Amino acid sequence: MADESRNFALRIITPDRTFFKGEASMVEFNTTEGQIGVYKDHIPMTVIIKPGVLKITSQEGVKKAALHSGFVEILQDSITILAEVIEWPEEIDEKRAEAAKERAEKLIREHNPQTDMVRAEAALQRAIARINVIH
Amino acid sequence: MASMRDIKRRKSSIQSTQQITKAMKLVSTVKLQRSKQHAIDSRDYFSYMYRTVQSMLAKAGTINHPFVNPSGTGKKAVIMITGNRGLAGGYNSNVIKLITRGELRKEDLIVYTLGRKGREAMSRYGYELADDYSDMIDAPEYVDAMRLCAVLLNSFRSGEISEIYLAYTRFKNTVVHEPVLMKLLPVEAQENETAEETTKQEVSVPMNFEPREEEALEMIIPKYITSLIYGGMVESVASENGARMQAMDSATSNAAEMIDKLTLQYNRVRQGSITQELTEIIAGAEAIS
Repeated sequence: MADESRNFALRIITPDRTFFKGEASMVEFNTTEGQIGVYKDHIPMTVIIKPGVLKITSQEGVKKAALHSGFVEILQDSITILAEVIEWPEEIDEKRAEAAKERAEKLIREHNPQTDMVRAEAALQRAIARINVIH
Repeated sequence: MASMRDIKRRKSSIQSTQQITKAMKLVSTVKLQRSKQHAIDSRDYFSYMYRTVQSMLAKAGTINHPFVNPSGTGKKAVIMITGNRGLAGGYNSNVIKLITRGELRKEDLIVYTLGRKGREAMSRYGYELADDYSDMIDAPEYVDAMRLCAVLLNSFRSGEISEIYLAYTRFKNTVVHEPVLMKLLPVEAQENETAEETTKQEVSVPMNFEPREEEALEMIIPKYITSLIYGGMVESVASENGARMQAMDSATSNAAEMIDKLTLQYNRVRQGSITQELTEIIAGAEAIS
């Protein structure tokens, strides 16, 4: 991890701010195609985010955040995450996340034809991502 | 010549107007600082978003998707961003003129308004109006833009509308604001000015997409439109405050000018009346002796 040459530039941008900017040696997140981890010199690729935990590995250690939607542009020496919704663990209200999780689970269990399953599923994923980041 | 009392009354009324315009100027200066920062902070996101979408569209020859190739013959939707309040110089009317005097035909349009001033004007001109989203403009939030985008895309998919435009005011700097009409859907390659700074950078990188382009496009385009709507909202709010600050600044200095003029006039009339009184007294005294 100490090897500087393995680092790439990571930028995480949200509509309201630059969420993170710095060097990292590895970044992991959840995409529509599954969980992936990216090192330097990856082939250029654009992937779509699914709610999950974002892990940034750098000299200072591992940082976590809850990443809910957006997409990622991977270039050989830089990675840019365009995140619509992303939160640091400090910004998450655990009680609210737990409540949201229960609500979503209930909706899915009841399987009411009126409820929007896709939305309930997405809400559940978001809640789980939030809880996972805190623990 | 007006009497002393008239001039005095006029002067004090202008003075109280000046106080109001001064206060409004101060308020909009503070608001401008905040909204300007907001607009600057959010720019990064849009230029990246724009670049990514453009690089996807660079391969558009192979992509066949309704977002890129229009098929429907529905109406044209315009998202119109104005202010909820007036007294902002030409801010509101510039956006209104953009639509009423633009190339778009009135019969084809359906207007989604953000901002009461724009809505009032459009209903006066007899345009077809969709729902009102004026509340969003008070404090633009990204989720608001997402909501509006979802509504628009639903109508787009159902074929009610076949094109989407965005009319807003671009915030160039504190004094220059430019009304812009931008086509959002179907997406065209290289069509607006935000491309300036982005085209130079590494467009040539061969990009892979996962999932495939068509699916990725399906997911990214809504985000792209949302971000443009949000950007339009944020920039418009900054422009509105800037325009209001300027308008109120010139109103305040105009008032100061008028007060100066009236003060001079008042002093002259007062002087005149004293002289007249003196002449009368002397004339009276001479008549007695």
